[in-house]
Amino acid sequence: MKKGKVILAGGVLGLLAPLLVKLGNPPNMGVCIACFLRDITGALGLHRTSTVQYLRPEILGLVLGAFLSAAATREFRAMGGSSAFTRFTLAFLAMLGMLVFLGCPVRTVLRLAGGDLNALVGLVGLVCGVAVGTWFLSRGFSLGRAVPQNSVSGYIFPAAVIGLLLLLIFSPPFIFFSQQGPGSMHAPTAISLGAGLLVGILAQRSRLCMVGGIRDFILFRDTYLLSGFLAVLVAALAGNLALGYFKPGFAGQPIAHTDGLWNFLGMALAGWAAVLLGGCPLRQLVAAGEGNTDCAVTVLGFIAGAAVAHNFGLAAGPKGVPVAGQVAVLLGLLFVLFLSVSHLRR
Amino acid sequence: MEKEIDARGLLCPEPLLLAKNEMDQMPQGGTIKVLVSTQAARENITRLAESRGWAVEVCSEGEDIVIVLKK
Repeated sequence: MKKGKVILAGGVLGLLAPLLVKLGNPPNMGVCIACFLRDITGALGLHRTSTVQYLRPEILGLVLGAFLSAAATREFRAMGGSSAFTRFTLAFLAMLGMLVFLGCPVRTVLRLAGGDLNALVGLVGLVCGVAVGTWFLSRGFSLGRAVPQNSVSGYIFPAAVIGLLLLLIFSPPFIFFSQQGPGSMHAPTAISLGAGLLVGILAQRSRLCMVGGIRDFILFRDTYLLSGFLAVLVAALAGNLALGYFKPGFAGQPIAHTDGLWNFLGMALAGWAAVLLGGCPLRQLVAAGEGNTDCAVTVLGFIAGAAVAHNFGLAAGPKGVPVAGQVAVLLGLLFVLFLSVSHLRR
Repeated sequence: MEKEIDARGLLCPEPLLLAKNEMDQMPQGGTIKVLVSTQAARENITRLAESRGWAVEVCSEGEDIVIVLKK
């Protein structure tokens, strides 16, 4: 079956998520690329919100799993040079949107699978954002060509991730670990790392991408990546039902707010920027592990976005979205529109 | 009729979009040669071409991948 690989990858991710919650990860946040990159940003002291600081092993495992898988299948290849700073900027803006919604495309689906109906609003926003970005893609939007680079360039990112893993293991005093809040909630390190490795390998083999699923369906009516997306939803829903985590409703959902307008616009910004970047944050991590240095720069853009979102009070919390965060999303949408128009080839 | 597309170094979905645009215009019996840099792009283009009943041949050229599509 042609879709077997991507359904397996999505299904494993969807099942692991509630299990990781059971083992200690925050509710409806078994895996969230945006939240976990934000936690890593905090652990490195690049933001000082004391409740969201942890070197999330899932992220580290994901990159290393993708790297090992790409190396084993001879797909590792150092490539880069396709509008790196524009990618950084788009990733920065996408992160602002994701931290206003409180989740990446993966967590959007996981929140929905936990009964959080605010995520349905976020999902509609994501689909709209991806649709707008896809419209620009079909009219010739391009960030230009990447070219082969010295292979050392491709190894820097996975090596940096190994460095982060060592910092996690040895926990030196200059690394911040939350004592309370979501950052303090985590599954045992080895299990989180193992889960990340497994998902990284499967995602590398299958090219799993949440944003790509929506994009390819709109562009080509191709359901390959979309089946992975749906597999995450079905598996996570089954896991949540089995573990008693499914609680449908809008109010009182974990690490979420009920402001529909900003849930919609936050994810619209994230989806639009991500589709211009060629994929969701998960896919960017995997591609960075495969040696794509543009995607490594994109990950740095996410980290910079997370730092600014928390240092300047733009990120949402359970009580809602600060005015500064609302302004940031609107400016972000305008800037992504400007980048979309200015990078049309014809 | 024969066409060549250089989609090397382009990220998804650009290689597929370029290939699709050419495929839409290609008359019966035509051939399109697409150069790509990643296996992901190869898989996407192969999947689209096969779903439309085109013959697909793949070979490598150095580190790049050549996909020959025949209508």
